[in-house]
Amino acid sequence: MNDSPLSLQNVSLNFGAVTVFRSLSLQVLSGEFVAVVGPSGCGKTTLLNLLSRFIKPVSGTVQCAGRVRMVYQHDSLFPWQTVAENIALGLRHIGDHEERGRQLKGMLQLIKLEEFANHYPHQLSGGMRQRVELARALVGDTDILLLDEPFSSLDYLTRLRMRNELSRMLQQFPRTVVLVTHDIEEAAQLADRIVVLSDRPAQICCEVRVALERPREPTHPQVVNTVHRILAELGLEKRESSTLSLSAL
Amino acid sequence: MKEEPVSTKAHVLPLVVLFAALLVWLSLSLLKVFPESVFPSPSAVARGFIEETRKGRLLDDLVASLFRVTTGFTIAVFTGIPAGLWLGHHARFRTALLPLINFFRSLSPLAWIPFAILWFGIGDLPTIFLIFMASFFPIVLATIAAVANIPSVYFRVAHDYGFQQRELLTKVTLPAIAPQVITSLRVTAGLAWLVVVAAEMIAGRAGLGFAIWDARNGLRMDLLVCGMIVIGVIGMIIDIVLYQLTKIASVRWGYER
Repeated sequence: MNDSPLSLQNVSLNFGAVTVFRSLSLQVLSGEFVAVVGPSGCGKTTLLNLLSRFIKPVSGTVQCAGRVRMVYQHDSLFPWQTVAENIALGLRHIGDHEERGRQLKGMLQLIKLEEFANHYPHQLSGGMRQRVELARALVGDTDILLLDEPFSSLDYLTRLRMRNELSRMLQQFPRTVVLVTHDIEEAAQLADRIVVLSDRPAQICCEVRVALERPREPTHPQVVNTVHRILAELGLEKRESSTLSLSAL
Repeated sequence: MKEEPVSTKAHVLPLVVLFAALLVWLSLSLLKVFPESVFPSPSAVARGFIEETRKGRLLDDLVASLFRVTTGFTIAVFTGIPAGLWLGHHARFRTALLPLINFFRSLSPLAWIPFAILWFGIGDLPTIFLIFMASFFPIVLATIAAVANIPSVYFRVAHDYGFQQRELLTKVTLPAIAPQVITSLRVTAGLAWLVVVAAEMIAGRAGLGFAIWDARNGLRMDLLVCGMIVIGVIGMIIDIVLYQLTKIASVRWGYER
């Protein structure tokens, strides 16, 4: 397996006169969970679009080795398809009909929505829909999961549940993950490494590693400490309150 | 207080209103508020209905009108939806053609009657042409709007999951626009039914519109009302038939969320 299936090397990108990235480099190791946080509009979603090769950089190289799936910020389930049909989209590349059925059944069991297999997305709650989105992205032989603020439209309690759900699903379906989020607590609770981006043109202003097994509690001291460190780095909290030093680049 | 099931109310309430309307009509005619010659009684209309049915004229007129509407509307659907799909996906052509489509949409189809008679004579063809002109442009516009409203994320997902070009049409665009297009078909079918009556009055030798015009010329107000009732009932039935399309499971999302 490639040690670094996802990487950006000296990538620059601009939209017209607006420079989004200038010589940005990032490597994601195989099986690593990287969260990207930063100010609004700094280019976090654009970073995912580059990694998924949906857009091309002006200069620099993007490496993306493996089958990539993305979970979007807004409802992206096909509303005219049932839960089972939506998840089955992720199995289209599997030729064997029986194998597809077996994997679909397994995934429905994993997300505990077997009874809702024939329901349509509008008949589900926000949390259930998001579970289906994750299931569609995780099912099948995929390697890389890109998450673009997948829980941002959910209420806080549902977001907490969905974090646990994601950790549980990744235990069964380990993937290389890049999560873009506004929610620093979410990043600290889920990721192995948190990349903090600066304002445009975005640079990686620091990386924070969290050496703690998942699933983690949001109130675990190490998670709380990580939140303080990132807030300090973003200039939203005084550095004195951050108890641990930053591994700034 | 416990609420009655909606379905029971949905069936009973319209019948109550219908019965009340009949009662008002009957009372007005019994009290002779208006002369019989300008306000036929329910019994006169019922007799006229039986007379027309026995002679077979009512059925002939009904079949003639339905044939024209079905033909004109079907041609409009099978040309209007593809045209709307194509224009919905091609911004440059849409920009170029939209003013023209809006121009023709704003023209009353009845304004075409002189040309329809000149080009197609009297009979089925001019009426079918007028129904087509009444239906085509609203269907094109509704389809363009429905395509424009498809969230781009659906195409992104389709790209992620390896959809082919043909699948983008059959598995994304068509199901995504279905609810809006079905609604527009219901509205447009009603419009087509309105036009057939008006067109047959001038450019027809048979049909419900012609029957009304014929009754007016013969001062048979009972037959005129009889024709009006049949037209109204058929219009309702057309809508009920098209409404069934909204019950298809894969389009319910467009009406329920």
